[in-house]
Formats: sequence, C-alpha cells, structure tokens
Amino acid sequence: MADAVPAKISIPQSPAAGGAPTNALPVAEESVAFDIKNFSLWYGVRQALHDVTIRIPAKKVTAIIGPSGCGKSTFIRALNRMHELTPGTRIEGDVRLFGENLYGSNVEPTTVRRRVGMVFQKSNPFPTMSIAENVLVGLRLNGVRDKALLRQRLEESLHMAALWDEVKDTLGRPGISLSGGQQQRLCIARALAVKPDIILMDEPCSALDPIATAKVEELIHNLRVNYTVVIVTHNMQQAARCSDKTAFFYMGKLIEYDETRTIFMNPANPQTEAYVSGRFG
Amino acid sequence: MPPMHSVANHHYRKFKNAWMNTLAIACALLVISPLGFILFYLIRQGASSVNWAFFTNLPAPVGQIGGGMGNAIVGTLELLLLASLVGVPIGVLGGIYLSEYGGERINDWIRFWADVLNGIPSIVWGIVAYALVVKSPVEGHSLWSDAWHHLRVVAHTLVGLPMKGFSAYAGGLALGFMMIPLILRTTEEVLVLVPRSYREAALALGLPQWKTVVRIVLPTALKGIVTGVLLAMARVAGETAPLLFTAFGNNYWNRNLAEPVAAVPLQIFNYAISPYDDWHRQAWAGALVLMAIILTINIVVRIISRGYKSN
Amino acid sequence: MSLSAAPVAAATPMERGSRLGNRIFYLLCLAGALAIGMLLLLVAYQLFKGSYLAMKQFGWGFLVHSDWDPVNEIYGALPFIYGTFVTAAIALLIAVPLSVGTAIYLTDLAPLWLRQPLVSIIEMLAAVPSVIWGLWGIFVLVPCLRVAVYPLLQKWFGFLPIFQGPIYGIGYLTAGIIVAIMILPIVTSVAREILRSVPNLQREAAYALGATRWEVTRIAVLSYAKRGLFGAAILGLGRALGETMAVTMVIGNNTEISRSLFAPGYTLASVIANEFTEASTDMSISVLFELGLVLLGLTIAINIVAQFMIRAISSPETRRVA
Repeated sequence: MADAVPAKISIPQSPAAGGAPTNALPVAEESVAFDIKNFSLWYGVRQALHDVTIRIPAKKVTAIIGPSGCGKSTFIRALNRMHELTPGTRIEGDVRLFGENLYGSNVEPTTVRRRVGMVFQKSNPFPTMSIAENVLVGLRLNGVRDKALLRQRLEESLHMAALWDEVKDTLGRPGISLSGGQQQRLCIARALAVKPDIILMDEPCSALDPIATAKVEELIHNLRVNYTVVIVTHNMQQAARCSDKTAFFYMGKLIEYDETRTIFMNPANPQTEAYVSGRFG
Repeated sequence: MPPMHSVANHHYRKFKNAWMNTLAIACALLVISPLGFILFYLIRQGASSVNWAFFTNLPAPVGQIGGGMGNAIVGTLELLLLASLVGVPIGVLGGIYLSEYGGERINDWIRFWADVLNGIPSIVWGIVAYALVVKSPVEGHSLWSDAWHHLRVVAHTLVGLPMKGFSAYAGGLALGFMMIPLILRTTEEVLVLVPRSYREAALALGLPQWKTVVRIVLPTALKGIVTGVLLAMARVAGETAPLLFTAFGNNYWNRNLAEPVAAVPLQIFNYAISPYDDWHRQAWAGALVLMAIILTINIVVRIISRGYKSN
Repeated sequence: MSLSAAPVAAATPMERGSRLGNRIFYLLCLAGALAIGMLLLLVAYQLFKGSYLAMKQFGWGFLVHSDWDPVNEIYGALPFIYGTFVTAAIALLIAVPLSVGTAIYLTDLAPLWLRQPLVSIIEMLAAVPSVIWGLWGIFVLVPCLRVAVYPLLQKWFGFLPIFQGPIYGIGYLTAGIIVAIMILPIVTSVAREILRSVPNLQREAAYALGATRWEVTRIAVLSYAKRGLFGAAILGLGRALGETMAVTMVIGNNTEISRSLFAPGYTLASVIANEFTEASTDMSISVLFELGLVLLGLTIAINIVAQFMIRAISSPETRRVA
C-alpha cells in the first residue's frame, strides 16, 4: 500500500441528485477517496450490510446517517478493516482506496489502518501516556525518531484539533487529565499526527456536551482542507451542519446518497424523507 | 507518501510481532508442560502398585511386602469430614451474610481479609491447631486461656478430645480453618447470582427473611455451594503441612478420633523421604491415588457447573 | 378487620416468631462473616503467645543471628529468612515472565477454541498438592538437574559465586524451580483476569493507528495493566514464601547460609515442618512458634500489598481468583 498516487478521475453528477442529465456541463474534477462496489458484510450468518455501492469523494466531509442498527457503524469500521477484530466476520465486494484494493490478498490490515485513521465514539486516550506521548504514539510506532519532526507534528496536530492553546503548557500531563471534550480532540490530534489519507469518525460527539460538540464540529469543518472525513452520526442536524455529502443507511442497505442539501431538503427516496423529517428513527 | 511509511520499518514491526507471538506460545507451552510431566511419572511409577491390597492393607514394616495405605485413605476421609464440620457451616453462614445482609463497605473488608487468609501458609494453621488442641494447657495467662481451657475440658468429657496429644480432631480443625475463607467466598458468589426476584416473590408471600434465604435462595444455589465445598475439600485433601503435628500420622487403623490418624499426603511424605525403595514405590502409588481423587473432584465440579451455568 | 386495627404494642404470634427467627439467623450469619476477623486475631494471638518465651530470650537479634544450636539453646533465624527469600526470588524470576507471557497469549493471541482448554489445564495444575510436587522433585527433577543441568550451569557461569561449589541436586535453586512451577498457575490466572479487564476501547485505539498485535498489547494493554500485573507478581511472592512440603523435600535442610545456589539450605516453613515434632523443650517449641510468627508476618504483609494492587485495577472475578 506504500507509495500510491491518488487517482484523479472525474465523475459526472449523480442522476439521483435532482435529475441533471449527463450531457450537462461536467462538474469540476474531484478525486474519489473510496470507490465501493457491491459491498456486503456478514457477522457469522447474519448479514449486516447488503450490496452497498458508493463513491466517497476526497477532501470532503461525508456523513453517514440512519437509525440505530442500520449498519452505519459496521460500514465505517469496514473502511479500515476494524471489523476483522471481531471473529466470524466475512465480506464480499470491492473497496478501493484511491484505486488500491483495501482487501487485496497481500494487503495487511495494519497498513490500511495507517492510512485510514479513526476516532471513536468514546474518547480513549492512553491513560499511562502524557498528552504529547498520546499524540505522537502513532509516529513513534512508525519509527520516527527525529525530535524536530516529532515536535513539529505535535504542534501541527494539536493546532488542527483546536487543542493547542489549551494544552501547550501542560503537554506532560496525563492524557486522561483532560475534560471529555478535550480528550476527544486529543484523540483527533492523535489520529491526525500520522497524516492519514482518511479520517473516520464514529459518532465522535455523542458523548460530549453541546459546547464541546460545537468545537469538534468546527474542527471537522476545517479538516476538509487537508483530509477526507467520513463521519457517522445519529444527529441529523450535525450532519446537515458539517457535511458536504450524506449517505442514508437503513437495515444494512444504502438507501440514498447525495449532496447534503439535497438529502435534507429534497430527498428522492420516501424512506429518506421519512427519516430526515423525524417520522422514525 | 510521508517518509515514515518505509518498507524497513514495516518489516521490522512485522518481524517483532511474529517473534513476540512465538515467545508467548513458548511461555504457554512451558507453563502447561509440568502437568504432563507429573501425570506421566505418577502413572509410570505408581500405576503398577495400585491394587486392592494397597487400598485395604495397613502399612507393613520395612522389608515386608504387601503393605498398603488403607488406613491413610480412611484417615483422609475422616479428616475431610471433620474439617467440613468446621468449615462448611461457618463458611456458608458467612457467605450468606455477605450476600443477604452485608453492606458494600463491610463486604469489601471481609472479602479482602478472606483473600489475605487464603494466602497464609497452611503450616501456620497447623501451628494454631496445635496450640489450641494438641499442646498441653499451660497455666492460665489470661481470661481467654482459662475460657479455652474450660472448653477443652468440656470437649474432653463429651467427645474424648484428649487434653494433650495428636488427634484426628486436631487435624480436622486445622483443615477446617483453611476451608472457612474458601467456602465463604464461593458461597457468596453463587448466592449473589440468585435473581433478586426470587427473594422478592417469597417476601411478598409473607415468608420471613430467614425462611426466604433457607427455603428459597439456598436451594436454588445449592449446586454452586456444593461445588464450592467440593473444591475446598479437594484443596485440603492434599495438604500435608497442617497435619504434621496435629493428626501426626498412624501406622494402624484409627479407632478413635481422639487419636493420631494417618492421611494419604502424610504417608506419601514419610515414605518419600525414607531410604527404602519399597516405600518409595508406595509413595508414588499413594500420590497417584491422591491425584486421581483430586482431579476427579475437579472434573465432576466442572461438569456440574456447566449444567448449572446453562440453566 | 383492617391491618392497623390491632394495637401496635402486641405483635402477632406470626410476627413474633418470624422476627425472632430473623434475628437468630442474622446473628448466625454475622458470626460466620466475623469468623474471618476472628481467625486473623486467633492466628496472631496464638503465634504471639507461643513465641513469648523465645522473644523474651532472644529479642530482635533473633532475626539477624545465624547460629542454630539446639543443644545449647542458641537460636538464630537468619538462615531460614535468607533461604526463604532466595527460593522465593528464584521462583519469581522464573515464574513471573512465563506467567505474564502465558496470560498475554491467552488473552489476545491464542485462537479462541484453544483458550478454555488451556485455562482448564492451568486450573488442574493448581490442584496438584505440594507433597506430590515434592515427590516428583526428589525422584525426577533432582537427578535430572544434578546430572544434566547444573554441571552445564557451573561450566558456563561458574565464575559467579552463586554457581560455584559442590552439586548435590538438592538445594536452593532446585527448591526455587519447584516453587516456580507451583506458583505459575495462580500468577497466570490473576494476570489473565487483569489483562481481560483492560477495556477493549483501549485496544481499538491502538489498532486504529495501525499497530501490530504485539504493539497493541504493549501500548494499550500492558501499560494499562501494569499495576495489576505487579500485584499478581506480589501474590505469587506471598505463595512462594509459604510453600512448605515440596521445599522441605528438595532443599536439603541445612542450617548454614551459603552463597552457592547449588548448596542445601532451609526455609522458615520447612524448618518448622521438620523440627516441630522433634522439638522437646519449651524453648525449642517457642522458637518454632516465633519462626512461624515471622513467616506469618511476612506473608500477611505481602498478601495485603498484593490484594491492594490487584483491586486497583480489577473486576470482581479477579478478586475471587486470588
């Protein structure tokens, strides 16, 4: 998986998004981060994801929404092969990260995860490490010893996670001495430090209070300049605020995928409409 | 790609992972292999000597063949019985207290100290039993020793507990002391598993609390309590140190619980450190029998528990 | 008749009977629970009482003198304290790494179908009585070590004083090895429970950074569980200090202190085991009581530390295993 060049391909506007015909003016070139075709996943005999086909664009924020149990967490964890930690899981289909097969026969999960980072629902900084050590653990694992580079990355990542000002004088304190919202931003900084291609976020704000949530949402907004973000959320307003594109999952199937505005204002599928207008969920 | 995703680093990490995996497997193999060794040698050295005579005969003097451990086997059973008389009531009642009555803080304390007690060397219990029951009473230093002295006189009159000397009672007492913290912990654990709704249903029917516990909760948890007792018995059946100066051992049948009594682990010890080959052979046989009993109890407990847990 | 019509003072026969029953039962159970505290007091009291004679005679010097002369009634506990610690140290050095490695294997690395059988084997190992290990030790381990292993050790490392001197097969090192075998099951069990109690979220954080399995174990599991694992080791130490029979059978029962690990020695527990029935004078018995008191003090102190550390990071299952 090393040394891949992100492929640049142009994609026409999806016909589901309001019916622009294919002979209209082409949209500006955008690369595809994840090209997923007919992806299914089983936990043992239970099928959790059914034939999902979706193209997630690079350098944008894509939100995955849907009611509990719809498979959104399962889907996002399949994007960095974290589902393989549960025994008995099986997948079918094609997942390509910038053109490379994520599930290729000689592709190791550890390599995938170095390129696709993840932030979890509940913040999980390593309690025996300081704030600085937490941020840098990924880099150190990768064998980076250069103190200057480490210092630079530390500052960069904490800046990008909007945490630098709050911790710059206490970098040696344990990671768990921070508040809940700060811990989550620390986890984001930790994920950012290794400069992954993608950041996956599995309901990152669900354990946070509204003020902390607002900070994280602002940071997500700023991340899109440099990173591709895929965020799972059960909070529709959050999806509407933060994302460029939204995918609606229900019962393990991808029901609709379009620009966020379209999904929330003018969805094509009646199920989508029912969910976003709050009639079920 | 950023500089750190180097191929060398990747290979190094893979190699280290594989190496640590191998080390961990090696540790596991080393840890379980002694069981294989022990069983192998027990069977190899002891199997041929385990016969009917072994179970029924008394130890023979050196040079005579045909000696057995009949008295030691019976002695061990006697000791287990006596130990259970001490250990089971106190342990079970204590476990009931923890589960039905205790508060969180006092329960933590009791559990803590029970665990500490479980870690005391077993020979210390032998010393305590010796001091209480074997040693001839010394002039009363205090109220306590006078009270205990009177208790011993009573016991002497009632059951013939000797005022001085080794006895099965002493051995049983030492082992019983050991059983108390063990049984207390296991009893508490199973009682806590009984759903609260059972108790509430019984109380709602008008049963007083003590009857609720005795008639409803205890029977529900009975299997678990019994397995706990069996495990404790398996544990003390193999103990030698507490018996060295309480039960003391006996080359003849024990006619009277107030006399010294033989026990299988004691006999194994005495034979093993002797210079006679025939006795060594019998030590192996005794060890095989003892191990078989202990393993059987453990396996039986496991089978019972599996059925219990799936209920 | 309404329930409240009956005068408050007179309890009905039903109430009276059950209240009495409840009281008696409660007191019985309380007595059972308090038995734990009583046992502790009893043990301490009896050992102190029995040691009184010796303590008066020898004072604190008892702990640091090494003369052991029953005929002239000169007693010093140092050889036994020394032997106890040496065998315990050897046992820990061998057992702790092996146990932690095995615990790691059982928690994170072993295939699922293999885990329960391995755990069962380890539980059965814990059930083997001390005297049987001693028997195996005398007739199998000792000859093997004497003939095959110790000469090699002396050849390679003979420049160290601990590996010098005549080789008998019995001695400190052999006792240490047997005690190591005996404490492996409990240290492994406790270590395993401690590792299992590390939250999975911690492991996932490390996996998500692209860590290998070993790196996940190192970063997320072992550092988190450090204190508890240390407690497991201390628990093993407590057990090692008190092992009696197997040690008595392979340590050689020599009251002199020796630097060589191949030399015969003595431990607190084994000297009590050997000498108690021989002791005839009040003083000699009191000395043995005092040795028992030292042993008790050591093991209780160590066990208290161990129990605290294990409870610092643990689920209820861990506490039971200990």
